[in-house]
Amino acid sequence: MRLSIETPDRAQQVVQELCRDMGHRVAANPPGLCPVDLALNFLRLCHAQTCGKCVPCRIGLSQLETLIESVLDQTADEGTIDLIESTAAAIADSADCAIGYEAAAMVLQGVRGFREDYELHAREGRCICSLKQPVPCVTGCPAHVDIPGYVALVRDGRFDDAVNLVRKDNPFPYSCAYVCEHPCEHQCRRRLVDDAVNICGLKRFAVDHCKDETPPPAAAATGKRVAVVGGGPSGLTAAYYLAEMGHSVTVFEQRDRLGGMLRYGIPDYRLPPEVLDRDINYILAAGVEIKTGVRIGADIQVEDLRRDYDALYVAIGAHANKKLGLPGEDSANVLSAVELLRNCGEGHAPDFTGKRVVIIGGGNVSMDATRTSIRLGASSVTCVYRRRIDDMTALPEEISDALAEGCQILPMQAPARIEADDDGKVAALWTRPQIIGNYGRDGRPGPRDAAEREFRIECDYIIIAIGQRIESDQFEKGGIETSRGALKADLSGYVPGTPNVFAGGDAVTGPATVIRAVAAGKVGAANIDGFLGYSHTIRCDVQIPPAKLSNTPPCGRIQLKSRNPLEARQDFALASCGMTEEEAVQEAGRCLRCDHFGYGIFKGGRTTQW
Amino acid sequence: MVNVSVNGKAVCVPEHTTILEAAMAAGVEIPHLCYLKDLNEIGACRVCCVEIEGERNLVPSCNNPVFEGMVIHTNTDRVRRTRRINVELVLSQHDCHCATCLRSGNCHLQSIANDLGILENPYPRDLVTGQRALWPRDFPLYRDTNKCIKCMRCIQVCDKIQGVNVWDLSGTGSRTRVDVSHNRRIKESDCALCGQCITHCPVGALRERNDTEKAFDAIADPNRITVVQVAPAVRAAWGESLGLPPEKATVNRMAAALRALGFDYVFDTSFSADLTIMEEGTEFLRRYQAGDTQYMPMFTSCCPGWVRYLKSHYPDLAGRLSTAKSPQQMFGAVTKNYFAKKLGVAPEKLYCVSIMPCVAKKSECALPTMHTAAGQDVDLSLTTRELVRMIRAERLHPETMAEEAFDSPMGPYSGAGVIFGATGGVMEAALRSAYYLVKGENPPPEAFCAVRGDAKGAEGWTEAAFDLDGSHIKAAVVSGLANAGKLIEAVRSGRVHYDFVEIMACPGGCVGGGGQPQSKDDEERADVRGKVLYTLDKGSALRFSHENPAIQALYREALGAPGSETAEAWLHTDHFGWNMPGVSAQ
Repeated sequence: MRLSIETPDRAQQVVQELCRDMGHRVAANPPGLCPVDLALNFLRLCHAQTCGKCVPCRIGLSQLETLIESVLDQTADEGTIDLIESTAAAIADSADCAIGYEAAAMVLQGVRGFREDYELHAREGRCICSLKQPVPCVTGCPAHVDIPGYVALVRDGRFDDAVNLVRKDNPFPYSCAYVCEHPCEHQCRRRLVDDAVNICGLKRFAVDHCKDETPPPAAAATGKRVAVVGGGPSGLTAAYYLAEMGHSVTVFEQRDRLGGMLRYGIPDYRLPPEVLDRDINYILAAGVEIKTGVRIGADIQVEDLRRDYDALYVAIGAHANKKLGLPGEDSANVLSAVELLRNCGEGHAPDFTGKRVVIIGGGNVSMDATRTSIRLGASSVTCVYRRRIDDMTALPEEISDALAEGCQILPMQAPARIEADDDGKVAALWTRPQIIGNYGRDGRPGPRDAAEREFRIECDYIIIAIGQRIESDQFEKGGIETSRGALKADLSGYVPGTPNVFAGGDAVTGPATVIRAVAAGKVGAANIDGFLGYSHTIRCDVQIPPAKLSNTPPCGRIQLKSRNPLEARQDFALASCGMTEEEAVQEAGRCLRCDHFGYGIFKGGRTTQW
Repeated sequence: MVNVSVNGKAVCVPEHTTILEAAMAAGVEIPHLCYLKDLNEIGACRVCCVEIEGERNLVPSCNNPVFEGMVIHTNTDRVRRTRRINVELVLSQHDCHCATCLRSGNCHLQSIANDLGILENPYPRDLVTGQRALWPRDFPLYRDTNKCIKCMRCIQVCDKIQGVNVWDLSGTGSRTRVDVSHNRRIKESDCALCGQCITHCPVGALRERNDTEKAFDAIADPNRITVVQVAPAVRAAWGESLGLPPEKATVNRMAAALRALGFDYVFDTSFSADLTIMEEGTEFLRRYQAGDTQYMPMFTSCCPGWVRYLKSHYPDLAGRLSTAKSPQQMFGAVTKNYFAKKLGVAPEKLYCVSIMPCVAKKSECALPTMHTAAGQDVDLSLTTRELVRMIRAERLHPETMAEEAFDSPMGPYSGAGVIFGATGGVMEAALRSAYYLVKGENPPPEAFCAVRGDAKGAEGWTEAAFDLDGSHIKAAVVSGLANAGKLIEAVRSGRVHYDFVEIMACPGGCVGGGGQPQSKDDEERADVRGKVLYTLDKGSALRFSHENPAIQALYREALGAPGSETAEAWLHTDHFGWNMPGVSAQ
């Protein structure tokens, strides 16, 4: 027999399965673990992959293991850490293949990246890291919503309790159930078993079945007055909790309606206005005074608010568009995505019937603009992006939905200039083809100009979706420091150098997510309460069902289904479908209840008040 | 009620009962190691895992409630094998030199391993060596990391009962261990030295610094006269680990044992508790009448664990402490100044030893402020456990000894002095004498029993208000440092106001002290021991500190009146004369 067909043997097959499981496990690594211990054990895994031919990899990695172990055992000599560094550098420099030099590079990255931890181990036998919050999803959620709690309540069919439990930390349960980027799912421990629990989908099931809309009674009135500038998720979160604490809160909003980016930035097919309104109505029912149509600088001055109120919370968001600086950018029919989405939110949607639309950018806003343009009747919608589709920052499901609805994504094209017709209207976008290149400092491969000719995309409209700016001029005049346009606030939300100003949300962080804005509002409320001389607590007395004794065996994750894209692309009605009851109960049953099992039961899996 | 079956036996238990307790109700004992009711129900050791029909995995019985129809098997082959392996694993990281461990015979791990008949361990020993195993030997609290089984009880009691958070897990992964929190060293920490971690440790990982050798050395030194004092709370507990029945474990039989050990003079700290009442009661009335307690109360100062806590958590409030020394220190000062003169010897010849239910007393007696011109008040402080070890070392059999009286002249004591050892006792004793000082006549002895604290260390505190001849005095009594912290916060925020507050670091007061015998059955004994003291008080002929004839003689012969210059010099201290680690001078 000269040749035979190779099939993996049983052992190889099992190893492949183990590798896949290990991949899940590493991806779900909880924060707070000892970095030196992890580096050592990653190194051991790398070393197990060595073929053993070359000295640096075969012996060097082994010696690195011994040296790192001595650091962890506090038996290292003075100079051991330097020896680790120089050995790793030599291996990275001289190993024959990637198995060796990449392993050494990881050690090198570690010994340089967390050298202080190496030193503390060697000197004191201690580690700078420790597990702080024991429940991974709660840690991952910026607002620290009690996720195992509400998932268990959904499993028991107690939807009102589930939503009220969410509201303890996040007064936007409805909106978040539809549009949260769910960072809680990233480190879900269920990933060690199969896949993350669909937490966001379960929250949606809870809000879709919730009936109770009565806010809890507020604390006794304190007589303190707080002004909130900006009626978006951050401002309204702060306003809601401050009102619950008994303070008198007035929200100043420059537009006609409340909601900020939730109303004026997120298209209706993702977040129906009536869903947003349920959050807002609840917040208003808590007793927040609203003044809409008020522009800071024109109608009222920052100084007035600072003077007339005991405290001020500024959460103006990031609503101004960013320019590309392209030749021809001021041609007619060049729009920013912010403008397009705002016009839609205000009910002044443009008519794109029969028009060719080009979107520039690869983030979530770009996908919103793309899918909105499709719905506005465009005959073709092309999304131009200068990197690869894999590099797009939009959520993968947003990209796949946009593609399913019929847009075209043109990657590896950097916008070069805009060509206008004789009337000054957009005629085409010229792009420079790109080639993907080396990784940059941000850990992403960077594009550069390819040796290809410029490319012309004929179009009637160009929509620029490359980020937003913060309109902070009036606040700068009012004594609030800014940095690159963003308001400067410390981690408590306090704006240094002011007597009584706090700030948060996109206006401080730059364009981010709803849940981060909510978290900032919560932090702001707590610290404004403290600043006013109080220590009110926000709590929820819902009893959480006890954990089931055994967990469900490996089971697939339920994904939300979408409407038929060919139908969905024709209107602004909700594009995704919620879970069925059968799906929700099964999915909730996948939760591993980290509040009860593991570290949670020891260090307290639950914060019942803040 | 819920119906369950345990090893085939049907039993009906209230809802929320744990599997462990349901099994107990069915007469089935499930072995367990880390579990401590209400405090540590974390299922860490997995020794209590049992089989539940219908469940995929074994289930820890300590922290899971039963449900209707649950069928529990506690001794199947699967359970037995798993339990054994988990105990063997714990043993592989435990220093099993039981002969040199003072918990031998009183150790949860030892008894479980013995009961399971583990004669050899298939797992190699995996102990920490070198620097990571070191602990300062001069600190009053000693920790042996190789004996620690990471049950987490010390962390829990320090967090939940004491609110001091000295202990925490250090590191992650295979090197995870219990150590001082926030990467501190024990000597840099705010450890109050209450010793609750010691009394709740199931093994010998935590203990007091062993000072028994120093006591034996002093006894053996022909040039030294040893004077020993025994704190009130010791009498209620010393017999427990000697196997003495309560009626045999009397304080006068303990006096006989102390003489048999070779101490030259044997006294009762209850005497100086009476003295403390005279000084502290007088000080309180003076401060109260001067309006000093209008906003902030005067705090008792006799508990060194509490004083350490205050000095690290609320150093600005140190001035609110009574300046009176604790009974231990007063006794030492009187011994060196008054008793030495009575004996006609130089104070340096006297070696003053105290037997205390407490670990913090070891640090208190070594404070730079705790001396007079006659030298250090107390030279050596031993815990109740150390006394028991000395008795065992000398093969003494107290049950065969006749009761003996204490020596004089500091022999007599009142029931008021005895109840110092229970929460609320100091306050009650002080109020009995304050009443006399104000009204010139004695109240009924039980007049102030409303201030008797909750010996179970329940959350919160006890408060009472009394009218002393027009003076409206609000008093509070609290034990457990987490409770103390809550009380201080409430006082500071203005939500409550008191004139006089008694604080004891240990739940239930000194009877529940960190120097008291450890219970192998995890029994909290403060309540029982406290009742012993109150019974002794009730049976005393003397119920009022000011009526103690020896105290009256001491004032007559040496001190003059409470608060006199001599009394100040001997019996009061400067709480600002030292600082806790990390706290700068006020």
